[in-house]
Amino acid sequence: MTTPTTVHGDKTDYLVRFENVQKSYDGDTLVVKNLNLNVAKGEFVTMLGPSGSGKTTCLMMLAGFEPATNGEIYLKDRPINDVPPHKRGIGMVFQNYALFPHMTVAENLGFPLETRKMAKSEVKEKVQRALDMVELSQFGGRRPAQLSGGQQQRVAVARALVFDPELVLMDEPLGALDKNLREQMQYEIKHLHEKLGLTVVYVTHDQTEALTMSNRIAVFDDGIIQQLASPEDLYEKPDNAFVAGFIGENNTLKGVVESVEGDNCTVDIDGTKVQALAVNIAGQGKPTTLSLRPERLYIRPEAGKCPNIVSGKVLEQIYLGDHIRIRFDLLGNDEFIVKVKNAPGSDHLTVGEMVDLGWETEDCRALDAS
Amino acid sequence: MTTASNTQSTLVTKEGKSLKEAITQANKAARNRALLLVMPLLIFLILTFVMPIIYMLIQAASNEEIPNYLPNTVEAIASWDESQSANGLPDEAVYAAMHKDLVAGRENRTIGKAAGVINRSVPGTRGQLIKSAKKAKKMEPPFKEALIADNPKWAELPFWRFIQRESGAFTINYFLKAVDRAYDKEGNIVQAKESNRVYLKIFLRTIIMSILITGMCVLLAYPVAYLLSISSVKKANLLMILVLLPFWTSLLVRTSAWMVLLGQQGVINETLIAIGLIDDSSRLSLIYNATGTFIAMVHILLPFMILPLYSVMKTINPSYLRAATSMGSHPFRAWWKVYFPLTLPGMAAGVILVFILAIGYYITPALLGGAEGIFISNLIADNMKGTTANFKIAMALASILLIGVLLLYWVFNKLVGVDRLKFG
Repeated sequence: MTTPTTVHGDKTDYLVRFENVQKSYDGDTLVVKNLNLNVAKGEFVTMLGPSGSGKTTCLMMLAGFEPATNGEIYLKDRPINDVPPHKRGIGMVFQNYALFPHMTVAENLGFPLETRKMAKSEVKEKVQRALDMVELSQFGGRRPAQLSGGQQQRVAVARALVFDPELVLMDEPLGALDKNLREQMQYEIKHLHEKLGLTVVYVTHDQTEALTMSNRIAVFDDGIIQQLASPEDLYEKPDNAFVAGFIGENNTLKGVVESVEGDNCTVDIDGTKVQALAVNIAGQGKPTTLSLRPERLYIRPEAGKCPNIVSGKVLEQIYLGDHIRIRFDLLGNDEFIVKVKNAPGSDHLTVGEMVDLGWETEDCRALDAS
Repeated sequence: MTTASNTQSTLVTKEGKSLKEAITQANKAARNRALLLVMPLLIFLILTFVMPIIYMLIQAASNEEIPNYLPNTVEAIASWDESQSANGLPDEAVYAAMHKDLVAGRENRTIGKAAGVINRSVPGTRGQLIKSAKKAKKMEPPFKEALIADNPKWAELPFWRFIQRESGAFTINYFLKAVDRAYDKEGNIVQAKESNRVYLKIFLRTIIMSILITGMCVLLAYPVAYLLSISSVKKANLLMILVLLPFWTSLLVRTSAWMVLLGQQGVINETLIAIGLIDDSSRLSLIYNATGTFIAMVHILLPFMILPLYSVMKTINPSYLRAATSMGSHPFRAWWKVYFPLTLPGMAAGVILVFILAIGYYITPALLGGAEGIFISNLIADNMKGTTANFKIAMALASILLIGVLLLYWVFNKLVGVDRLKFG
């Protein structure tokens, strides 16, 4: 499991700092509302969010292609708002690779080196090393169009790394690949990051991708970072209803906080009382959303095993090989999903029957009403 | 991939037929239908385009007059070799044939025409032919002596050389004239007299002007096309209408508009005088010279450059430039190394379009060019009508223009590759 590389203390430990950054394109609406984000050296930080959440805009501001409307971005403690993109020394992998179609793979890789007026022999050597790194040693003479999507992707990554930038930005680089290749590339990029000690800021809307690769994930919505945490924390301990819903599969129940008891609270859902972990509630008498992961529910629990036991009606069962998804109608939510491992001794349910479902209090998080 | 298809080329169908044959047969109906669809256009093009061009090429080179008027002489003179005979003159057989033709020519009243044709190339022979034809009937063999006795000009070599040279079905005479060349008395090809040299100069001017016009079009069209390609759809559409507006106006109207603008008393001159930049005595001559042709043709041909450039620029992903700058390239270097090379197919298409259109342009040089701004097309037109018309020279000039354009196209194909062009 990855450990979050949180660096404490001095601000100078951070490679990138966003300080109160705001961005508006039209002067009417803020695309990025108030961004504060630090990226430590060697860290893999992913900006995750639905389209229009402001994540790509943040990346473009960091790369220098969009000016920040307000606030300051620091690269190694140097404010870079007024530094043009070609002087920032940041490597970037673009959504559609942006490989120059009129140049060969080797010429593409040599481009950033020749720009730096490097000697021809050195360029050649570095290009070959970069090609070896992405296992395309024999492809230097080909044009990008003669490569497969995955190969193009690797060239794009190699090109962003060949001039040894301190920081690498990746803007949905795997979006155009098919599922298998995407998974393979996720591991390759992750390994490159670990092997070379790169600092990466990665943008994606694919949560699996974010969970696989990142040290920390910043979940964006509506121009705000909703939560910035390690993949485990993001999944296990979402701060609010948006994150709970965006990361992984999630069941929601809407209710009203009846009473708060220390870390826990009692929530009333149309008369049924439920015990939940009070994470992000407005207080007694206020509406709340309960978040329950489908794999944290027990079917027909023994009496007394769970603090919460509620009866629901089986609506549908979907066989998925290693597990079975069962759709319930529970406390007024007819999209309530339970995942049951396909293991020997698993109960078999019939559609239409009433079944007791149970869960632990700490697996049921009381979040904002949203 | 390729090796796989190579090994498959020997495959056969179940019945043992070659697979390729089977495919050809299976697609036959579709191919015939397609052929049927293009047939009307094909016939139309053959009748109205290909045939006239072939006719033109044949006309420019064909030679009916001498073989028609002097059939016997033409036949007899074929074996004449100047270096074989004593004084170089043809032998009796040729003179006899000529005598026969003179007699026949007088009877058919064609001798005058023949004399005219020959006289044009060998001056002073009109009288020789007509007068000798008159007396020909009474002449006795040997005709060599008889004809020379009648007129000593019959013993002059240039005349016979001309007859022999022009006795074939084809002649390069008109092509020579079209490039300011002529035969001297010995039958060598030399430059025409200085006063007769017109065409080569105009050919050269046409090419140079066309190059200048094409170059100017590139310079003007490139930024416009770029602006179009980065504008929002709404703005780009408006700009595109402005670009295309000249297309929707009659060529004649546009050319006349330039007359109003560029004339001695035109808008530009009057404005410059009004704001005091020039005084009345030094009005600019912007029209009836090469300048007028240049300005108006650049304007008229500009859309042909903008459109292919625009269509190529629109497909260039803006992230190419971003990628280049992110790798540390100065924006100008990024543009020069990445953007510019990618626009070359469009630029090449625009260049060949504008250049080929310019080189054959007629109306604008005719109306705005005056004496020193005319193009070769204007000379072709001049040779097709009016008192000084020489249809054959017009054909020769047009053929040279056509062949020249095809040659340029071939060179262009070798250099750039026509399959790489993007016209739109």
